[in-house]
Amino acid sequence: MKKILKNQATRTNFITYGGVILAFILLQGLSAAGALSSSLKGQLVPICAYVVMALSLNLTVGVLGELSLGHAGFMSIGAFSGAVAAAAMTDSIASSPIRLAVAMIIGAAIAGVSGALIGIPVLRLKGDYLAIVTLAFGEIIKSIINNLYIGIDVNGLHASFLNNTITFGDGGRMILSGPMGIPGIQKISSFTGGFLLIMITLIIIFNLVDSRAGRAIMALRDNRIAAESVGIPVTKYKMMAFVTSAALAGAAGALFSLGQNTIIASKFDFNTSILILVFVVLGGQGRMWGSIVAAAALTILPEMLREFADYRMLIYAIVLIVVMLFTNSAGAKQFTAKIKGMFVRDIEGGEQNG
Amino acid sequence: MANQKLVQIPSDTLLTERDADKLPILRALHLGIDFGGLTAVDDFNISVGRTEICGLIGPNGAGKTTVFNLLTKVYQPTRGTILLDSIDTHGMNTVQASQLGIARTFQNIRLFNNLTVEDNIKIGLHNQMKYSMLGGILRLPNYWIEEKEAHDKALELLDIFGMANMADVKAGSLPYGAQRRLEIVRALATKPKLLLLDEPAAGMNPAETAELMEHIRDIRDKFQIAIMLIEHDMSLVMNVCEAIAVLNYGKIIAKGTPQEIQSNPQVIEAYLGKKKEG
Repeated sequence: MKKILKNQATRTNFITYGGVILAFILLQGLSAAGALSSSLKGQLVPICAYVVMALSLNLTVGVLGELSLGHAGFMSIGAFSGAVAAAAMTDSIASSPIRLAVAMIIGAAIAGVSGALIGIPVLRLKGDYLAIVTLAFGEIIKSIINNLYIGIDVNGLHASFLNNTITFGDGGRMILSGPMGIPGIQKISSFTGGFLLIMITLIIIFNLVDSRAGRAIMALRDNRIAAESVGIPVTKYKMMAFVTSAALAGAAGALFSLGQNTIIASKFDFNTSILILVFVVLGGQGRMWGSIVAAAALTILPEMLREFADYRMLIYAIVLIVVMLFTNSAGAKQFTAKIKGMFVRDIEGGEQNG
Repeated sequence: MANQKLVQIPSDTLLTERDADKLPILRALHLGIDFGGLTAVDDFNISVGRTEICGLIGPNGAGKTTVFNLLTKVYQPTRGTILLDSIDTHGMNTVQASQLGIARTFQNIRLFNNLTVEDNIKIGLHNQMKYSMLGGILRLPNYWIEEKEAHDKALELLDIFGMANMADVKAGSLPYGAQRRLEIVRALATKPKLLLLDEPAAGMNPAETAELMEHIRDIRDKFQIAIMLIEHDMSLVMNVCEAIAVLNYGKIIAKGTPQEIQSNPQVIEAYLGKKKEG
């Protein structure tokens, strides 16, 4: 253990795991004791979903080093495919945690496949161009789902882009009805499910980064020409990062949608993509614990500011500006370095004692 | 088929005597590249022996780095052929060329600055490791075995330059000379048969340059590979190279031993200009 914790990256990973577990236990305790307001309780699942969204986007932005402005599109794919899958499985799988897990896996798989399809044209581009094209794909996904009708009957699922072309057999009903989205979702997402998804996401990202594939991805970020010169296939590893990121976003989408009463496609628009990007930039690119804190804090903030009524979004924006300026100022950096120094020495001291 | 004429093909295969009984590691035949209307390299012919240390010199803008970019397939040649280990590299990309056994350093250092020194080397070892992405995420037994091997190998390679104690330092925060050395180690990690060094001594003081010369010879002896280097420091080139090719305006104007090159009138003219008549 001593040897493992000497490595700074590994130490940060363990602190992140520990922090998430502690926060979960604390919130579960508070919730059991009835100390959480009902609005905050209702926010727990969305917070988990946004945390996973931020973590997965950080894989693209921080680790791969490519700017994606369409991440909400993958969340949307996961949200709708997960919700449709859960609705279709209501009778076949009785246990709601298992149904949630299966829905998340289906959401992740379909989002991952879409990530691969979108990745083929998109990942040939670099920088600003790639960002713009991902933005466009995000909008395309939104439009497609906005016009998609999916129903179910005894024969299975039926899909159409026209409302009136689905003719149902016995027990037929509409699940997804275009711009109306999916109404009457059975809420099967739980805080525990969200917590487990965050932990799995962290394990995937941390273990990926500290492996052969992860190093190849970061090599592309740091210097593509040098990476090619030592034999790293660019497209393969770009794709690997992008698809993993999309699949995790899909799982987060499924978690999110199964915690809502209704979801509509326009929820997952450009604004949502930008919001997730804000989490990543605020928390620090490549810094996973930063994404978790930023996503959680910025999801709760609008709720906490509810009493300011009309000025809510104004104050939210001001808080954002202040935090950005503060975390990037030289004084603040010195301060955090000092705190970090004290902390690191503490651990080393502890090691000597132990 | 009957009346086939036989023609003489040009063959300027100058090799070090030591390597003459083996096929050359590199043969470039009539290599040329045009950028728009500009011919950057033209009719470039060279052969490099299996364990030869070959210098590529020439005035600024002569096309030396372009030759390296052609050999490593960063550019596709407009004309001519590159045979790496007797395999035609036509249509290959940089990654495929690397897998054939060519590795390089860059004139303007290109390290993975945000990663540690050890990780930089491990990226060089990438293609010698086999475990999959899933094996890495699930931490299957292969992961632990291969990572341990890579760790040991990385430290062993770093030890060539006495840099093993810097393994955990971020590459970007290394001093300049150490960055140049790390680039060489990273290239060596790919197990090359031919190592291209683009101005390895640039920015180094005479003591560091002398040390580098020793290292270049040591690397050749230890790994039994061919090394081709571009360098402006003539003391290094004349001391360490067994063969020197001189490039001017994209063409080879001479290839020979250091002694031959030093006294070659064409070379002197390229570097110092033509003597005024009368």
